[in-house]
Amino acid sequence: MDNILIFFYSNKEAIFIIALSIFLGIEVISNVPSVLHTPLMSGANAISGVIIIGGIILLGHSDLKFSADLILGLLAVLMGTLNVAGGFVVTDRMLEMFKKKQRN
Amino acid sequence: MESILTTPDGLNFTTGEAILELSYLIAAILFVIGLKLLSHPETARKGNLWAATGMLMAIITTLLLHKDPEGNHISLTNGIVVVAAIVAAGIIGWVIAKKVKMTAMPQLVSFFNATGGAASALVAFLELPFVSGTGVVIVTLAGLTLGSISFSGSMIAYGKLDGKVGDIRAPYMKYVNILLLIALLALIVLISSGTIGSEAPQLIAAVLLGLALVYGVLFVMPIGGADMPVVISLLNSFTGIAAAMAGVIYNNQAMILGGILVGAAGTILTILMCRAMNRSLVNVIIGAFGGGGGAAGDREQGAIKEISVGDASILLAYSRKVVIVPGYGLAVAQAQHIVSELDELLTEKGVEVKYAIHPVAGRMPGHMNVLLAEADVPYDKLVEMADINPTLPNTDVVIVVGANDVVNPAAENDPSSPIYGMPIIKAHTAKNIIVMKRGMGKGYAGIENFLFFNDKTRMLFGNARDSIQKLVTEIKSH
Repeated sequence: MDNILIFFYSNKEAIFIIALSIFLGIEVISNVPSVLHTPLMSGANAISGVIIIGGIILLGHSDLKFSADLILGLLAVLMGTLNVAGGFVVTDRMLEMFKKKQRN
Repeated sequence: MESILTTPDGLNFTTGEAILELSYLIAAILFVIGLKLLSHPETARKGNLWAATGMLMAIITTLLLHKDPEGNHISLTNGIVVVAAIVAAGIIGWVIAKKVKMTAMPQLVSFFNATGGAASALVAFLELPFVSGTGVVIVTLAGLTLGSISFSGSMIAYGKLDGKVGDIRAPYMKYVNILLLIALLALIVLISSGTIGSEAPQLIAAVLLGLALVYGVLFVMPIGGADMPVVISLLNSFTGIAAAMAGVIYNNQAMILGGILVGAAGTILTILMCRAMNRSLVNVIIGAFGGGGGAAGDREQGAIKEISVGDASILLAYSRKVVIVPGYGLAVAQAQHIVSELDELLTEKGVEVKYAIHPVAGRMPGHMNVLLAEADVPYDKLVEMADINPTLPNTDVVIVVGANDVVNPAAENDPSSPIYGMPIIKAHTAKNIIVMKRGMGKGYAGIENFLFFNDKTRMLFGNARDSIQKLVTEIKSH
């Protein structure tokens, strides 16, 4: 029991953000027309690439000695960037077509 | 450049630290605004751009201003390595995203989701030896597990959508999956309670990572293509949660908010999709579609009737209302442009043309919308299932282009059918039905479609693009 309280108290800001973000996520998504389901999923997927920040922190503060950890850290940054760059570009490509059509 | 400031209660901090946190706050706000704008057609593109701006800003400020617990900035050499990696992967991601055909979009989203999952798993794996406190260890292990499942699961989903991986179903697989899940949870409990792995944390974490990867594969393997949209959406929310878990490790609010936002949104989207198929999430995951074929196959069937291109073109040209029901076959045949041409041609002749969009048509929600948008089909012509169904009895011709399960009347009148209860587009209520199909193969769910044996149905066999091309040529020559 004490452990749970310690965890809650020492991470209370994070837990508040998590709790409120859940409601925010639900609220923001509701009433989405099905036309936008694919772009929305793709855009959300790009946002989940925010793990790139973790990758940068990790690789940015590692000593650059050749090791398995260094390779894995590098891989984390590469993968995270793929997620972010590819995700946003592909979403934009989908949405570009919606826009073009609206001018008709 | 950096000066030290003090809060009224005596806490010291530097301007850099403050600016970094401020930039994370702005990034988090941009994520929320971006997602909000993404959910409206007129503002969607702007929303994507705002979210991307937030991400870029967070990346740059992290590089310039982040300090480790000892107060050291990211060194110049490390910075160069990081930037080089970001530029290289950024260009690759950009090129892949630009080059891939519109029809391969669902696979691509699945692939990018896999890379995000992998990044989360790797970060959690590398940070595990340095985190302390039971709670944070559990969070790290959860991130590691979810990220790994998301990676391998999304790769399998990618392979399936790309036709590289088939469905593997075995009755014992359900039990293997449940056992694996129990093993994963047990490992997390044992590691976090310090029972095992305290001497070699990375070794035991590697075991957990390996098990999670295997679970991801086995989790997606038996799920049929018809359910792939649900799975991708679910895995997408896993990636978000995994990223948020990593955010807890770094106490990084932008990561936590961004990750959870995606986790919650992805979960809601998953539930919306399940609801569209009238199935529960558990049913999708455990009970895979179309196991045997069942009793429905033995039912007496009417005869299949074909229609010639000439007859079909006359039927269409002299109709008042035509509704096109697109499905995955349209994507496979790359028929969206020619469908749009047929639409324009008929509209010129005074025919009212609409498209009936089933929520799970294709391999992704909105898949058909994206394809038809590419072919310049106006928005207002795309009508959702609930709105089009009441108008179908007054529709002269319904053209089914490469759709199957979403128009199968068995969902309404055959309780033994695996898709019984799934809402469908009621094509069978129209006055005439033309079904374009390559052959008499079954749909993705692997079940017989009674629409094809309906008295009002005529089949037009062949590749959808060729068939519609012939129709267009024929109608033009009238």
